[in-house]
Amino acid sequence: MSEVKLSYTISGDDFTRAGEASGDVKSKLKVLGVSPDIVRKVSIALYEGEINMVIHAHGGTIDVIISEKDITMVLADKGPGIENVELAMQAGYSTASENVRALGFGAGMGLPNMKKYSDEMKIDTRLGEGTTVTMKVLLQ
Amino acid sequence: MTVESLYTADGMKMVCGGDGSKQIDGVYCCDMLSVAMSKAPAGSCWVTVVCNLNTLAVASLTDCACVIIAGGVLVGDDVKAKAEAEGIALFSSEEPVFETALKVHGMLGA
Ligand SMILES: Nc1ncnc2c1ncn2[C@@H]1O[C@H](COP(=O)(O)OP(=O)(O)OP(=O)(O)O)[C@@H](O)[C@H]1O
Ligand SMILES: [Mg+2]
Repeated sequence: MSEVKLSYTISGDDFTRAGEASGDVKSKLKVLGVSPDIVRKVSIALYEGEINMVIHAHGGTIDVIISEKDITMVLADKGPGIENVELAMQAGYSTASENVRALGFGAGMGLPNMKKYSDEMKIDTRLGEGTTVTMKVLLQ
Repeated sequence: MTVESLYTADGMKMVCGGDGSKQIDGVYCCDMLSVAMSKAPAGSCWVTVVCNLNTLAVASLTDCACVIIAGGVLVGDDVKAKAEAEGIALFSSEEPVFETALKVHGMLGA
């Protein structure tokens, strides 16, 4: 299998479309014959990242690179950045607004889930400039 | 018990039938999507009051057998349409989360 790259533009604050990119990646991975366990890990990690981009950063871009040995997900936004990454990574920490809490978001479990379901995760963030989250899921 | 048993269950209103032959292994209750995302067991009947498109996204990613929107929360047409498109079994119930879950739990034991 040669390298496959999927790219998406995620519009900000559009909750009705949030999750479409991860849904599309999920179905494409299934078609490529990736094992259900891996599909689940990638889909969950990506979904949480996609939602974060929508509710915290006014959208951004997602690139998914599928190689023979791993799946790399790069989520880049030009949002407000994360002031304290260590704090943001803690289960239960959330700055979600009342509006999005009413939709079921704001448990402060998204980033911990992304860490849990990916094999490697890196957050590059600058206040006022944006955030890039890179996650890798190994194929074996 | 399969999802089909809920089609005609007392107090349960079917919004979308989905795959009636799916096995229900247990009941799961949670109203925070990212908690459900990591904790809802595959094959569970998920009872929640959160009803929007993201509820269905989580249900599908966690492979829930079905979703019940409890507490008389209105199921919007957008959610109904998405459930139909994705083949997710979706019900609504006027009773609160606990009572709804208890009912399904009782049916599982029967
Ligand atoms: N892309 C981002 N840009 C800016 N801030 C972010 C971004 N992603 C996460 N954050 C910050 O990190 C916090 C924790 O994120 P996390 O995903 O764990 O929880 P949440 O999104 O608030 O709630 P949940 O994911 O449980 O619905 C957020 O509340 C927000 O302050
Ligand atoms: Mg989140």
